[in-house]
Amino acid sequence: MHTDDLAEMLGRNAEAETVGRPARWWALAVAGGVAATAGLMLITLGLQPRLATMIETPAWLGKAGFGLAMALAGLAAATRLARPGAARPWLIALALAPLALLWLAAAIQLLGAPAELRAELVMGRTWRECPWRVASLSVPALVGALLVLRRMAPTRPRLAGAAAGLFAGGVGAAVYAFHCPELAPAFVAVWYVAGVLTPTTFGALIGPRVLRW
Amino acid sequence: MQEIEQRLRRLMIDGLSGDGTAYRDLLRELTPRLRAFFRRRLVGWPEDCEDLVQETLLAVHARRHTYDAGQPFTAWAYAVARYKLVDWHRRHRRREALHDPVEDRIEELFAEMEHDACDAQRDVRAMLETLPAKQREPIRLVKLEGLSVAEAAARTGLSVSAVKIGVHRGLRALAVRFKS
Repeated sequence: MHTDDLAEMLGRNAEAETVGRPARWWALAVAGGVAATAGLMLITLGLQPRLATMIETPAWLGKAGFGLAMALAGLAAATRLARPGAARPWLIALALAPLALLWLAAAIQLLGAPAELRAELVMGRTWRECPWRVASLSVPALVGALLVLRRMAPTRPRLAGAAAGLFAGGVGAAVYAFHCPELAPAFVAVWYVAGVLTPTTFGALIGPRVLRW
Repeated sequence: MQEIEQRLRRLMIDGLSGDGTAYRDLLRELTPRLRAFFRRRLVGWPEDCEDLVQETLLAVHARRHTYDAGQPFTAWAYAVARYKLVDWHRRHRRREALHDPVEDRIEELFAEMEHDACDAQRDVRAMLETLPAKQREPIRLVKLEGLSVAEAAARTGLSVSAVKIGVHRGLRALAVRFKS
């Protein structure tokens, strides 16, 4: 087929393309991802029994807020990376700011604590479970975000995959905060971050494979 | 430049809301620009350029919902083209890795034969007749009629890779016969 005929043929298939479609897909991925993650957490782990007393403490809010911030940064990056030619350099800073804040809080806590208590603050009682639980809880949102990205046109699939992973890791962390008994910023700064980085790395690894178009 | 951007963006926005004429005009205006874009970057690969123009047009059409009306249209369209170019380079490197020097020589030989007098053309056609159809038709369309691989694929109903393989294997078979 000659190129002009191809252009002509494609031009005849110009049925109205509802402009809001990508926004609806993202909304579906976020709502579905959060709901599925919450369901998974409630079924497999259950709510933290002392949640009512924890939920108002700055430490708990900071922990859940960290997850939320990572989810929002990942989502903002993913929605932009999904469109060819969109501007995006400031997004990396967006993701780093809450992380820097968390690490600052952890450093202040550790410096203020007696030396013999520091290891305990970092390790808590659940450091073995935390990262892989956060990573497991990120699976539904990761699947949702990747499904949307596949219908979009990410020109940098590795970065787009990482953004999807960051979003999903953030959702996993925020949801896990409703089960997790830990409150120390020093704990969150290590193990939650590890939990979020796992799907982020995984997304970057599979991005070039699953996001080709 | 600014003027072109504004016109194309207008056509795209109208096209997205179902205006077929605007959309056809857009693709028609985009085609020579894409061709120039790829020719500048792929000197010496004219066939692949045309394939890439077509791939990009298809991608522009299939992914047109990813264009955001608040964004410059040309930035979007060239980002799609650049993605297809990067993809081509990746595929090409892979092909180069399995590189086969016989094909280069034969391609040259064939190019000479092609441009020779009529009886040479007849010889070529006579030799082609000895090949199975899966190799003969791709070679006839791509090498003798000068169609792009994508065009040959559309004409024969074969896949793009089947056409490429047909050309490759057919040329090798001809090379063997030519030597004997």
